[in-house]
Amino acid sequence: MTAQADIPAEKAPPAKPAPTERLPLAERLIRTPVLLPALTFILILLLWEFGTRLFNVPSYVLPAPSRIVEGFGVVSFGRWMEHVWSTLRVALLGYLVSIAVSLPIAVGLSKSRFLSRSLYPLLVVIQSVPVVAVAPIIIVVLGTDDAPRIVITFMISFFPLVVSMTTGLMATPPELIELSRSLRAPVRREITQIRLPYATPYIFSGLKISITLSVIGAVVAEFVAAEVGIGYFIQFSTSMFRLPQAWAGLAVLLVMSLALFQAVNLTQKYFFPWSLPKDGR
Amino acid sequence: MSTETDAISFADVGQTFLTDNGPLTALSGVNVNLRRHEFVAVLGPSGCGKSTLLRLTAGLIKPTEGTVSVFGHPVSQPRDDIGIVFQQATLLPWATVEDNVVFPAKHKRGRVSAKDRAHAREIIATCGLAGFEERLPGELSGGMQQRVGIARALFLNPDILLMDEPFSALDALTRDAMGFELLRLWQASPKTVLFITHSIPEAVILADRVVVMSERPGRVIEDLKVPLGRPRDESSLRSVEMQDFLAHLRGLLIKDKVA
Repeated sequence: MTAQADIPAEKAPPAKPAPTERLPLAERLIRTPVLLPALTFILILLLWEFGTRLFNVPSYVLPAPSRIVEGFGVVSFGRWMEHVWSTLRVALLGYLVSIAVSLPIAVGLSKSRFLSRSLYPLLVVIQSVPVVAVAPIIIVVLGTDDAPRIVITFMISFFPLVVSMTTGLMATPPELIELSRSLRAPVRREITQIRLPYATPYIFSGLKISITLSVIGAVVAEFVAAEVGIGYFIQFSTSMFRLPQAWAGLAVLLVMSLALFQAVNLTQKYFFPWSLPKDGR
Repeated sequence: MSTETDAISFADVGQTFLTDNGPLTALSGVNVNLRRHEFVAVLGPSGCGKSTLLRLTAGLIKPTEGTVSVFGHPVSQPRDDIGIVFQQATLLPWATVEDNVVFPAKHKRGRVSAKDRAHAREIIATCGLAGFEERLPGELSGGMQQRVGIARALFLNPDILLMDEPFSALDALTRDAMGFELLRLWQASPKTVLFITHSIPEAVILADRVVVMSERPGRVIEDLKVPLGRPRDESSLRSVEMQDFLAHLRGLLIKDKVA
């Protein structure tokens, strides 16, 4: 992220003319978007492929990328989509529940010292519970459909949202709150027109952390009890010693996580561009 | 003494805040009256309770002693005829200049009429911001941002303008220019101005009267009429007489510092 900011080009003496074609090769590579990360990625894949072939690494230890690609083919596209949809649905619903629950809690915590004194320790306790350990209990209590999985996802992803939203709601300049009071505006509008928009940058940092946690939550829930979903698929494949398939599932999860994260990123960029740091636009 | 015509009057006002380190007396025995359309600067060291005077007038806090009255009525809650300009412009960074200026209407009534928008554009032009209506605050210089802050305070057409060190965050040149700009606005549309500052020349060049306050607990140590006619300009402070006046004020503040 800081790679671009670290380019010392800005500080170069202005007397020296520096058209791009005259720059040294390394500098030109650094300045080209996507190129360097893509090259690194391809290089690692190649090393991985030839390394596993050269040293005859068994596929249950580390399958070659080509074997993982074959692993995709073992399952039909339709079945893949079922797995993907199941995990995606639980992750997104859990995420939405987290947002819906965190927002009123954050408003309460930021507006009332009484609430923040009484509720916050409880939230920390919930956050500190190892969710993986509680997951089987939740499944027994709530059954085996989506509901327990959504609850587990929620438990893993809500805390960063509460913290970032509360911090954001408290970060409003006190003068604007005084302005609001001097206009004798209702508290509701103080929250919707001043505090919440001011909290946007904070809320988005929480949203970015929580979206990847939501995917983790959905997978954890599927590990415990499910008959569909990427988490289930990975566990099932491992138990059958079909490791290339499990790696294929992992790759799908990775893409899903990255895509969801990027979706949150783009939402902020297009709908709330003012909330980004100035040089990040 | 307070009279019916006073825009703002402080009668034996004292203010004590309860803090974690015990009670803190910010103001003590303050008696000041502002006539309608008078421009009064309050001058004092940091932490002398200057801003408390402003917040009392705005009805944001209640005095622990004495009475603050606006147009003869004790202040019990914020009033519609008071506009506030803060030290930082504190604009809404996501809203355009125009949306920032109509914000009082939107925030107070929950909606903005076409009339509000027309009124806002008029004020924006008066404040020298024509053409910047659709800009975001982040795209403006500090001086421009504070112009928007002033435009927002003028939006509800207040009789009283409370200004809390409004130009102290600006560079020296912009600060001087903004002072004369404020005088221009004030002369075009007279208002009672309570102007908090810790700059002696700024207080003198702008105000009809300068109220000098002591360090905490803040009390009024002198209330002086500025011996200057209007209009004023950059050369207004150059005379020997004005230099003596500035030196006298400086003496008051320094003497208080040592004591």
